[in-house]
Amino acid sequence: MSVPHAVLGLLQQEPRHGYDLKRLMDRYFAPDRPIAFAQIYATLGRLEASGRVRLSSVERAEGPDRRRYAITDEGRTELDRWISTPLAPEPHLQAALFTKVVLAILSGRPVIPIVDAERHAHLQRMRELTTIRRTAPLPIALLADYALFHLEADLRWLDLTAARVDDLRRDVLETPETDR
Amino acid sequence: MTLAVCPTIEPTPATPILLATDLHKRFGSTDALRGVDFAIEPGEIVAIMGPSGSGKSTLLHCLAGILRPDAGTVAFDGRRMDDLGEAQRSRLRRTAFGFVFQFGQLVTELTALENVALPLLLGGVRRRDAEDRAATWLAELGLAGLERRRPGDMSGGQAQRVAIGRALVTQPAVVFADEPTGSLDSLAGEQVMELLASAASSTGASVVLVTHEARVAAYAHREVIVRDGRAAGADR
Repeated sequence: MSVPHAVLGLLQQEPRHGYDLKRLMDRYFAPDRPIAFAQIYATLGRLEASGRVRLSSVERAEGPDRRRYAITDEGRTELDRWISTPLAPEPHLQAALFTKVVLAILSGRPVIPIVDAERHAHLQRMRELTTIRRTAPLPIALLADYALFHLEADLRWLDLTAARVDDLRRDVLETPETDR
Repeated sequence: MTLAVCPTIEPTPATPILLATDLHKRFGSTDALRGVDFAIEPGEIVAIMGPSGSGKSTLLHCLAGILRPDAGTVAFDGRRMDDLGEAQRSRLRRTAFGFVFQFGQLVTELTALENVALPLLLGGVRRRDAEDRAATWLAELGLAGLERRRPGDMSGGQAQRVAIGRALVTQPAVVFADEPTGSLDSLAGEQVMELLASAASSTGASVVLVTHEARVAAYAHREVIVRDGRAAGADR
């Protein structure tokens, strides 16, 4: 999650103070890892320094002042840019799973038990997420779906790898070093 | 980002409702099953996974008494069923088992209500009672108002829900589901699995679920991987 852009997105709805932002961030983006107040205020400070948010009002009540922040035109432009620009694809070839399978072949270890163990661990995690999504409110269920689809993609790759492991072994072991 | 992990509730060990030992099945020169053991407890959902042609559907058919294994035993509720005659196995399938397949299982000439009521009518239940129970199931499955629709006039997801109703209306001990979401999109597939898992849970039925989709298998309590006619990677 990009905390600055999440903050900008929430401020685009209406001006908010830090406590509101924390509550909404926890609800929408990080239900299992509540964000620290300090991170919210540090982010607001940086966004204010760069002109993307401004202080809109200060409410004086009992206790500390409540400072309400609003998004600026610059902030809206940055939010539009971030939302409309695709993220850089993650470097999948560096994935730990792939490294593990190739290392197993290079070291002469049987690959299928490793693939089976990874599959089992993936399915176990998917079961936990499925249990969550069956009872959770929709935002949390959608977050679980997001994780489930990614785990499923890993599993499909594992199944394909398991099906082609003999070819892979030949390729990894028989290709001369200089050709790789 | 990760989500908090809820502890998975493991089913309490119990006597298997279905127990298969050392199953072998050959088609021509192909060994479809080469010594598979399988057990499922009452109320448990077990996913059978594996590559195409690995033998997972053959295993399901042997467990359900549709195919007779060449060797090995299958016991339902403690009684051998692999040595029963076809008529007895057919009766067992009708009374104790329910089936949900990928498609083609509903009678296209019958309405949703008649399709769900059909197993009850075949079992000798009076039409009115059968249709009342079928209507209750259709409502449970979110299909109230569609009782008079024929399968051809329903979406794939709706038709699969009718199939679930038909599979569960007799309150079977075991439901066999072979790729029940195979022809559905993601959302309809999730809805069908949610209903199947919830309905099985409410009736106490066990579910033997053949699927190649991990998200579908994630509704099961555990998985059995079938590869080259052998079971591997079982979660116990």
